Formats: sequence, structure tokens, C-alpha cells
Amino acid sequence: MRLSPQIDSNKCNGCGLCVSICLQHGLVIVNNVVVVVEGVECDWCAQCEAVCITGAISCPYEIVLEI
Amino acid sequence: MLSKPELIESSPYFTGLVAAELEAVSRLMFEKQCERGEIILFEGEAAGALYFIASGAVKIFKTSADGKEQILTIVRPGEAFNEVPVFNGGINPASAQAMTPVALYGISRQDVESILRSYPQVALNVIKVMAKRLRNLVSLVEDLSFRRVIGRVAKILLEYVTDGATPGARLSQRDMAAIAGTAREVVSRSLKALEEEGIIRMDRHRIIVKDKTALQEMAGSSI
Repeated sequence: MRLSPQIDSNKCNGCGLCVSICLQHGLVIVNNVVVVVEGVECDWCAQCEAVCITGAISCPYEIVLEI
Repeated sequence: MLSKPELIESSPYFTGLVAAELEAVSRLMFEKQCERGEIILFEGEAAGALYFIASGAVKIFKTSADGKEQILTIVRPGEAFNEVPVFNGGINPASAQAMTPVALYGISRQDVESILRSYPQVALNVIKVMAKRLRNLVSLVEDLSFRRVIGRVAKILLEYVTDGATPGARLSQRDMAAIAGTAREVVSRSLKALEEEGIIRMDRHRIIVKDKTALQEMAGSSI
């Protein structure tokens, strides 16, 4: 299953910093809110989350024990 | 992208200046464009200018003796960087690198001194900004002195780890920072350090705990 960053559109101010920083070009601003581009493989660098000042975009991790 | 007038009007350094004074400050600003990845300032070099970000993001980082990069903060549109060496002289305490294409407005050190002499209000504003920074740094010193963040991050990982068969709660680095009571950048460094020690492995959207015993020791508990 292809996972994508989670976006809280209520918090997004449309600044576009996350769009600029994504090397995979996986984000785009639509109607002043960021959305994930379908079909782009996210490498989970989490730079979009790092640069977002409002906390609108997050890249949550599943924490698992190695078998 | 923020325009020069928008940058100046929104900057805490220029609060209280009248239109003519803001215009005078504006005339002293020069533009600079940087490409993604471009190093804007090098740690250890003489400070040349105070920079304001009109668009894009800049990371401020130090490089350790063994070549590791430690991000101190990320600066965004409307914010400034390189104030400390410009205000009190000396070399750049950290490096600055463009994380995206960046548009900057800069004021040379000499012109900053001229502004401070000409407009006392700016000097007062600088004192307020620096005092707030100092307060934040005191809090950080307390944090570093009395609480080891990496241990708190280890404890968080232990609390949320699952066997993978049943899905558990998923945490972002921001979530971990909020739980640990620290900055996101500190959590990021802690995770990198844990990975370098071989205690965890970062695999895209998963944090894999490789050595639970070592993680427990790091957390200082017997969970």
C-alpha cells in the first residue's frame, strides 16, 4: 500500500513551502491548500513536515519490533 | 513570495518605524537568489549581512568535528537569520543552506550599524528580540542539562512499539517532539543517533526497533 503524508487542510495556509521542498514533486497546492499528487512514490524524507510552520502536514511512523 | 515592503513591515526589528523610515531601510536592502542546496553562509566565516527570507526555506546548521550535520533551526519566509554575528561582530556561528529555491533580502553589516544609529527604535526592537531568544536558550540549556532527550525519545518508541501483526498508533516526529517536550529537530537528531548506534532502523514510514534491550537501557527503564 502506498502511503502518503497526512494533511490537515484546516491548518494549511497554502504557503507552498512543502511543495518547494519535495524532491519527488509529490505535493501541489489546489485552492490554496496542499494536496498529495496521486501516483507519486513518497520516500518519507519528512522534510515537508519539517518545513511546515502550521503543522498541517505530517509523516507518521509505524514503530515495529524487528522479527 | 513576500515583497520587500511586506517583509519590512512584518519584521519585529522594524516595528514602530514610520513610512519614511521604512523606506530608508528598504533602500539599504539588496536582493539575493539562491538555488536549492546552495550554501548561503559558512560557519566560521566573517559575517557579511543580515538576511530576511522572502520565499523558500533555509536550514541553519553546524558541522561537528567528525563531519556530522546538526540542524539548529529552519528559517521560513518573513524570518531573519545571521543576526548574532552582525550585531555583535565575529564569525558566523553556523552555516546556512537553501532547502528550496530561496529569495532573500539582505542588509550589510555596515548598513545595519547605520540603521541602529539612525533609528533608536530599531535598537530597542533588537533588544526585545534578543531577550526573547535568550529566554528560549535558557530553557534549552535547562532541557539539555537535566533531561536527556534521546532517552525520552527511546521511551516513546518503547511505549508505542508493536509486533507489526496488529497495527499500533503511528507517530510523526512532530508528535514525538510534543510528547518529549522538545523541538522536532532534536527528535530528528535523536532518531539519527539511534539509527547510527544500530538500535533502530528507519525504513520509509516505519521505525524498526532492532535492539529492544539497548533501547530500554537508553530509556533508563525496564519496560
